[in-house]
Amino acid sequence: MTSALAPAALAAKPLIDANAVDYVMVALYFVFVMGIGLAARRAVSDSIDFFLSGRSLPAWVTGLAFISANLGAVEIMGMSANGAQIGLPTVHYFWVGAIPAMLFLGVVMMPFYYGSKVRSVPEFMFRRFGTGAHLVNALSFALAQLLIAGVNLYLLGSIVQALLGWPMWVALIVAAAIVLSYITLGGLSAAIYNEVLQFFVIVASLLPLTLIGLHKVGGWSGLMDKMKPAIDGATGDTTATVAQQQSSWSGQALSGFDSPILSVIGIVFGLGFVLSFGYWTTNFVEVQRAMASDSISSARKTPIIGAFPKMFIPFIVIVPGMIAAVLVKEMADLKAGGAPKGGAGGNVQYNDALILLMRDVLPNGLLGLAIAGLLAAFMAGMAANISAFNTVFSYDLWERYIRKDRSDDYYLRIGRLATVAATFIAIFTASIAGNFSNIMDYLQTLFGFFNAPLFATFILGMFWKRMTPTAGWMGLVSGTLSAILVWMCGNPDIFGLFSLPGQGLAFVAASTAFVVDIIVSVVVSMATEPKPASELKGLVYSETPKEDLVDPHEAARPWYQRTIPLAIIAGVLVLLLNFLF
Amino acid sequence: MADTNKKTAGAFDIRNFIGMLLGLYGIILTLMGLLGDKELDKTGGVNANLWTGLALIVVSALFIGWARARPTVVPDHVEPVIDDETRPAPRKKPKPRH
Repeated sequence: MTSALAPAALAAKPLIDANAVDYVMVALYFVFVMGIGLAARRAVSDSIDFFLSGRSLPAWVTGLAFISANLGAVEIMGMSANGAQIGLPTVHYFWVGAIPAMLFLGVVMMPFYYGSKVRSVPEFMFRRFGTGAHLVNALSFALAQLLIAGVNLYLLGSIVQALLGWPMWVALIVAAAIVLSYITLGGLSAAIYNEVLQFFVIVASLLPLTLIGLHKVGGWSGLMDKMKPAIDGATGDTTATVAQQQSSWSGQALSGFDSPILSVIGIVFGLGFVLSFGYWTTNFVEVQRAMASDSISSARKTPIIGAFPKMFIPFIVIVPGMIAAVLVKEMADLKAGGAPKGGAGGNVQYNDALILLMRDVLPNGLLGLAIAGLLAAFMAGMAANISAFNTVFSYDLWERYIRKDRSDDYYLRIGRLATVAATFIAIFTASIAGNFSNIMDYLQTLFGFFNAPLFATFILGMFWKRMTPTAGWMGLVSGTLSAILVWMCGNPDIFGLFSLPGQGLAFVAASTAFVVDIIVSVVVSMATEPKPASELKGLVYSETPKEDLVDPHEAARPWYQRTIPLAIIAGVLVLLLNFLF
Repeated sequence: MADTNKKTAGAFDIRNFIGMLLGLYGIILTLMGLLGDKELDKTGGVNANLWTGLALIVVSALFIGWARARPTVVPDHVEPVIDDETRPAPRKKPKPRH
């Protein structure tokens, strides 16, 4: 903890030279956000109830909220950091690692979630598999949310530090206080409203940054010409050659595999299938947005509509990172293997790419808009984590296992206490996150532990009615443990039995978890008693009437309002993007 | 609004909210681009504030125009929110007075 925080405490000079207009831009955003929160709190009219009730939102709103909930600090800073370090292969996190899973969620899985009328993803687990799997799922999800909230808070603290020049620990506490008031003012419903607003502020701030950056660097061809290999400062090895950075495939710099064929397999199976399907289809933070829509048709279209902006986000997140590695002196030094001073944490890290580029190319005014955009993203990300934690903690853990049948007010108080406690815990996890040089590594590791086996259990449970409750929890536990074991064996600081640079270790750990989960689930199912078919209606494909899974009104709508045609268009577009870059 | 038989969401339509915020940003940036320090050495010779400001004003007008052209109608009866535990102080369902 001290190693990450101590140098930062000395940084008294602000990284970014913001003036009064910039602060006005930031303040304006807070006024709007708090305005939504206050309106929700006082609920002065029916129309606010209507918009915030969370059961009546059109698909374009939930679709944007769906990707906004994920477009937090981690995504923006982590992806621009990867862009600066390894270049174009980072797009796989979007075109391979998100879009296919989002389309799958909308087309295949959403009918089960929306149709079974559960309040949370762990509750679906409870209905399908009973207590064991539910407890594992609810606990691991709650834990993961606390850790990720910490990562978001760390990044929020680092930008407050960069902006105002405060010591890191002060920045962390103040940032946590801001998020706490943001959540308790607005609540979950206003969060969705805010996420849509946040999406536009982020695009409005990152698009000009990208365009100005590209202009300065001499356009796309200028950027390609000026790219430099990435060198690891500690070992002197080249981690990403220029050629590897200029094309998305075969992505060796991303996967860490030497062989291009293994690299493609690792990215498609490890990232594209196991990690991404695990994340996008079972993560309650995401699924919750779709559950808030007004019909099963809108719920299915939510991730599919979200897929369209999602596939273009790399251009305003990864490309600025790549530009920063060329234009910003400190980033170029770091990439050449140096250890320049400065940045948000004392020493410049790849995570500083976006902030440093903003400092170098944006005039005052736009700078304020960019800072507002980043703050918006970081707060929304952490707020999404904490409110999802809150729901699962109050309903799935406290109400189901600790205190049943109390009043609504009682659970409301528990929820508020959980929010405060989660914020305090996030301050501590933030200091853990500070010790990882590349935050994506840390997150992919977490997703590997929790999400990959979850996806295996869900997909098996939805399509195989024979799968038993015992198999549900045993599959989850053995899958998660096997991922942790593989990660410990591959981590040079623990056992170091083998070594994979880049994201390769996370891919292998996640894939192992998936395979182990499937094998254990099948074997245990054969030896134990399944649930009677009557209890599986709405939860398992073969036991659910087909008409329960689709919206009867949808067939009459024009093609651009139907789930399947939209999904096909998104699929074709993302394939095209893969061939182009 | 109370006189019309169809009640629209007005200022609380999210499209108006987005339009207002982006519009204010657009106006500030346009003024900065015209009156403030253009900092052309930073941006490589482009008046970035001006162009971004104008673009934001256009986007803002589109959102507000969309909300005007196809207003969201609020139904007469709206179910209150009861199961959102993150929401503070449930004011919902005013109890009938006796």
